[in-house]
Amino acid sequence: MLSKKNKEAFFNPLSKDNPVLVQILGICSALAVTASLEPAIVMGISVICVLAFSNVIISFLRKTVPTNIRIIVQLVVVAALVIIVQQILIAYNYDVSKKLSVFVGLIITNCILMGRLEAFAMHNSPWPSFLDGIGNGLGYTIVLLIVAFFRELLGSGTLFGFRVIPQWCYDHGYMDNGLMILPPMALITVGVIIWVHRSRNKELQEN
Amino acid sequence: MNKNSNLYQILYAAVMVLLVGTLLAFIYMALKPKQNENIANDTRKQILSALHVASPAEAQIKETYEKYIVQDLLVDKDGNIIDSTHNVAFNVDMKKNVKLAERQLPVMKCKLDDGSIKYVLPVYGAGLWGPIWGYIAVNDDGNTIYGANFSHEGETPGLGARIAEQPFQDEFKDKHLFVDGEFKVVQVLKKGQKTTNGAEQIDALTGATITSRGVSDMMADCLAPYQAFLKKLQGAEAMPEPAAIEEITDENQTE
Repeated sequence: MLSKKNKEAFFNPLSKDNPVLVQILGICSALAVTASLEPAIVMGISVICVLAFSNVIISFLRKTVPTNIRIIVQLVVVAALVIIVQQILIAYNYDVSKKLSVFVGLIITNCILMGRLEAFAMHNSPWPSFLDGIGNGLGYTIVLLIVAFFRELLGSGTLFGFRVIPQWCYDHGYMDNGLMILPPMALITVGVIIWVHRSRNKELQEN
Repeated sequence: MNKNSNLYQILYAAVMVLLVGTLLAFIYMALKPKQNENIANDTRKQILSALHVASPAEAQIKETYEKYIVQDLLVDKDGNIIDSTHNVAFNVDMKKNVKLAERQLPVMKCKLDDGSIKYVLPVYGAGLWGPIWGYIAVNDDGNTIYGANFSHEGETPGLGARIAEQPFQDEFKDKHLFVDGEFKVVQVLKKGQKTTNGAEQIDALTGATITSRGVSDMMADCLAPYQAFLKKLQGAEAMPEPAAIEEITDENQTE
């Protein structure tokens, strides 16, 4: 069940082989949905679901898929799953689906998905593929949450919509940093996280 | 079987697309009623917010809405009521209701807890990135704004998106649509600017020039056709109810 190889498939993407921090994939949506924590967490869960299931489906199909049209097959599977997630969100969590708007649809073009399908699911059996999908999804989600935590805290003074910076701070001249809400600050926050991450993992540093 | 033969590839793609298409169609049909309800409830929430009714729990939104909204009306440019079927105003699709010549003019008549009557007028316009829309609640004097609620599809977070936040919307309260009997809708202008026609004004949002102007234009454009209707409301307040006059004359005759 959890052989060494499977463990690697699951744990590597969390840190050493993190899709956002190391492979620099999925940056676009990481910038867009991290202005506050709630959409970030829903986006993370959506990516985990889509990634895990598309990995499993492609892994089941891998022996039947004609090589010439494999990218098309992968896209159709991902697109179908994304539309399902989107429709479920509209039906059961309308407020968040409004906030995520176009970005759930854009999971289709999220490089992490195509990257994992092509690099892993096409050559491995369903169970390791599933673990790989969950692991990469989690790795993406963790980064999203860290970025969203700082952006929401410094940009709006709230966490999950609850005010955490007390009123007296504002009374004494503290101000929310509006810049944090804008996409460029997400990029800078991701950059800082990559910096911290690399200084802790020496083997990732390029010379 | 040769996986790379043309026949295999074409069949593979065709079968796959057919299966996926069927699955998606089925899911869409299954979730549609729930989704429509969510969208309708979201609209109801916006209307209630314009009336300063605290947003109820998801399950009670419809009930609360029906409690406060007593009548739906469609009026014409001369202020006559042409339709008052249940939910007729609520069902008007503002997105398709743009052309001035064919525009339907929905009005929702509401009765609040304190017994006062308000009229909610929907507005629809353009922001910077996409459509913006809102609901303006007007007092029964046909002039004073009681409350406003604005929504948007994709204005810049932290800038234009602030039209959907309470502080901006609260500024509209107690502003007027008429000045000295002339139709002059309150405008959204930068600090320091003055309206040219003497209308009242509200401070624009910093860093959101186009969205602020969009709100201003939307209000002017969408409320203008209601002039006659609002005038009638003003007239009704100044004079006794027409029904009351008739009663008096009847009495006089019998005597």
